[in-house]
Amino acid sequence: MKDRDFDHPDVVLVPHGPMLLRGAESVQDLEGRVHTVDRPVVALCRCEKSSRLPWCDGTHKVIPR
Amino acid sequence: MRLPKPRGGLSEWLVARLAEPGLTGSAPDADSWDDESISLWTLHELSFRGFEDADDRAEWDPELLGVRRDLEEALEERLRARWSASPTSPASSAAPAAADVPTALEDLVAADDGPSLADHVRRRADRDQVLELLRQRSVYHLKESDPSAFVVPRLPVRAKAALMALQFDEYGDGDPNRLHSHLFARGLEAVGLRAEYGAYVEDATTENLEMNNAGSIFGLHRRLRGAAMGHLAAFEMTSSLPSRKMVQGLERLGLDGPMSAYYDEHVEADAIHEHLAARDICGTLAEDEPDQAAEILFGAFTCLDVEARFATAMLATWEEQR
Ligand code: FES
Repeated sequence: MKDRDFDHPDVVLVPHGPMLLRGAESVQDLEGRVHTVDRPVVALCRCEKSSRLPWCDGTHKVIPR
Repeated sequence: MRLPKPRGGLSEWLVARLAEPGLTGSAPDADSWDDESISLWTLHELSFRGFEDADDRAEWDPELLGVRRDLEEALEERLRARWSASPTSPASSAAPAAADVPTALEDLVAADDGPSLADHVRRRADRDQVLELLRQRSVYHLKESDPSAFVVPRLPVRAKAALMALQFDEYGDGDPNRLHSHLFARGLEAVGLRAEYGAYVEDATTENLEMNNAGSIFGLHRRLRGAAMGHLAAFEMTSSLPSRKMVQGLERLGLDGPMSAYYDEHVEADAIHEHLAARDICGTLAEDEPDQAAEILFGAFTCLDVEARFATAMLATWEEQR
């Protein structure tokens, strides 16, 4: 028997969107700066166009694919 | 909050009845859409924070519930008629498969061509217009997320857990200082507006009241849980980019500080919430309860539609004043 009934991954890649990360306490950005996380889930930008890296700000939606 | 000013015969009857529960006599018909909207808004409010000058027992008064049901039926009928008339609405036989719900939501949002108030704020709005918009927005933002909180016990396991994750963030992740409605209240104070709950209901346009009533009716009826979650998804999916424009507009007008911090918080938070809402809430709800798929889209459409109507009316008023 599975000990868990549902998939509940800590990392989820959103198609053409950010990476959702669950339960992290801190995240290091491309410049090496460490950001504290104070939410249960964060969205990390994968398109590198966000105005507030390392977080996704929705900008990926207006980038032509 | 005190009972609102009546806007016609029905709301006059209602306010009198709420202030003095002993009164008898049956409810007259509403005089106008405005009268209807403020009456339903008032009846719904009895299930949120209520009014200091109304009897708390009125929430479950059978006669008032009858009035509320009639108003809700009229509203729901109007909203559903708009959805079936919309070119984005699938033929009734073609409700999306559960797995397609998140994409169908994205398509609906992408097809939305309503005017953007955030764009106006970013580029052109003057200070008075922005303050007017914030007063209008306060009707919802001071009870932000409260309508969807009613839906929690009505959902299956996965959607329930995901909605709680989203709501937890909306309610400040356990820190009262970060509760979104509280951040908005701080923002109102900082720009010199009143911040108490319900402060500007008197000023709310009919379109704004309808927008709030639509969110409340979805939240308050278990039958409409799918529409409530679709509404939430569309709301979150159209929030982070406009919130960024609000920040730019507020800063342009020198209104930075707590109010722009409120919108700033939504840039990041809603970039996360939109995925939780579309996939983990609406997607799993549709898998577990396939008959909710069509309802989810109806709710999402309604969210976009009432916002577009509100925005169109606001922009038209400002255009006339020029
Ligand atoms: S992934 Fe969303 S802004 Fe880059």
